[in-house]
Amino acid sequence: MMRIKRTIKYEGDRVRGFGKEIMNVPGCAQLQSCIQCGTCSGTCPLSIYMDFSPRQVVALVRADFKNEVLRSLTIWLCASCYACSTECPRQIPITDIMYALKQRAIKEGIYPRRFPIPVVATQFYKMVRHHGRVTELTLAMKMFLRTDWFAALKFWRLGLGVIRTGRFSLRSEHIENHAELDAMLASVDNGNGKAKEAA
Amino acid sequence: MKYSYFPGCCVKGLGRSYEESLLPVMQRLGAEVTELNDWNCCGATAYISVEERKAAVLAARNLAIAEKTGPQDLMTPCSACYLVLNKTKHNIADSPEINAVVQRALGNAHLAYKGNVKVRHPLDILVHDVGLDVIKEKVVRPLKGLKVAPYYGCQVVRPYATFDDAWNPTTMDRLLATLGAEVIPYPLKTKCCGGSLTGTVPEAGLRLAYILLKEAVRRGADVIAVVCPLCQLNLDGYHDQIARRWGAERIPTVYFTQLMGLAFGMPPEQIGLNRNLIPMKPLQSELTRV
Repeated sequence: MMRIKRTIKYEGDRVRGFGKEIMNVPGCAQLQSCIQCGTCSGTCPLSIYMDFSPRQVVALVRADFKNEVLRSLTIWLCASCYACSTECPRQIPITDIMYALKQRAIKEGIYPRRFPIPVVATQFYKMVRHHGRVTELTLAMKMFLRTDWFAALKFWRLGLGVIRTGRFSLRSEHIENHAELDAMLASVDNGNGKAKEAA
Repeated sequence: MKYSYFPGCCVKGLGRSYEESLLPVMQRLGAEVTELNDWNCCGATAYISVEERKAAVLAARNLAIAEKTGPQDLMTPCSACYLVLNKTKHNIADSPEINAVVQRALGNAHLAYKGNVKVRHPLDILVHDVGLDVIKEKVVRPLKGLKVAPYYGCQVVRPYATFDDAWNPTTMDRLLATLGAEVIPYPLKTKCCGGSLTGTVPEAGLRLAYILLKEAVRRGADVIAVVCPLCQLNLDGYHDQIARRWGAERIPTVYFTQLMGLAFGMPPEQIGLNRNLIPMKPLQSELTRV
């Protein structure tokens, strides 16, 4: 039997205030001035793989469609090439808006489980928090273990190649003065991310 | 010419042949390069996907160290590091909110940052500080007959195109021509290589790498020259998967600094050319010398 699927949103699907919240992220206020020309979608090398085009994402954010945006593949497929931000006739930093949306999706835990991109981002974040630097191969291993370890087998030739050419090392990279970095990052948590209040 | 040097994690890992060629080339040209004391990861595109304020703080530690120890010209060869350090510098200057968070965090670690550090890419330094005429003098083995596709990628020119055009950069073209190479027209020079999607979503990421390889082969290039360790890995490391999906486009990808090293007469294995998965064929001039 044919199933009827609604393709247009009801106003009731909105989460009021979401657009404002994103616009309040530093650098994202420009969102308001979007003229929906679609230059961003046209320059994006990955828009053909996206469920919503970058132009649609901007419109959805502005109209408070939080669930649609945070659950979209689009925000994760952005490879940060900055083509859209550079070309936008309204100088909207679209790449930064995508970052703001990724941060929000990770914070709220709204992303497909075992989807590699947010998994890599969070593992990368933890690794830098603990070591101050990234060890690439450990990061790749963590990604495969937490997503699809079977997919790692497809990379066997690359793995052998980097061993053969001496680009591979088991040494864990880290900084010396970890206390310093720790004190810095902790201050962001303590201040709840806000600037020091006036005394 | 004195520079602080921020290598970044990739250049110490999978992209080590970049450092292996960059440092001797800078030395040959008389530039004094000192590695930044106890630098930390710039955060790349991943860290800022999780926490924006901490990402600014993370990158700012490097700027603060460079400002304190000097030289205040901070050279970084990786495009992602170049972008993130530049972006943080801009954000600190433009956003009072970010600046307050950063200064408070730095203060906690008895550091400060006044905004004096200049983030520089080696391509910028080589063409604008050293100069093409000086580079030309050092060429002992011109890359005659070598057809090179100059590939810049994204983050070295966007969005902070401080030393070249965002869509049609030419600094590397001019540099390679100075080395005697034949620089082929390569309109995809700033199109995305797939970034980290080659590992996370191969069906999309590898397709972008494939398009770049195919176009370079179609235009008759012998080699692709890159300025970023992720571009190098994406164009060099996935030929088996690309061939299986869309067909083989076998062409080597090397760092522009490796081509400089070759032209300066440095032995290939000393500038990391033995680390390519798709090896570069020896130059005509090398073959005749044997």
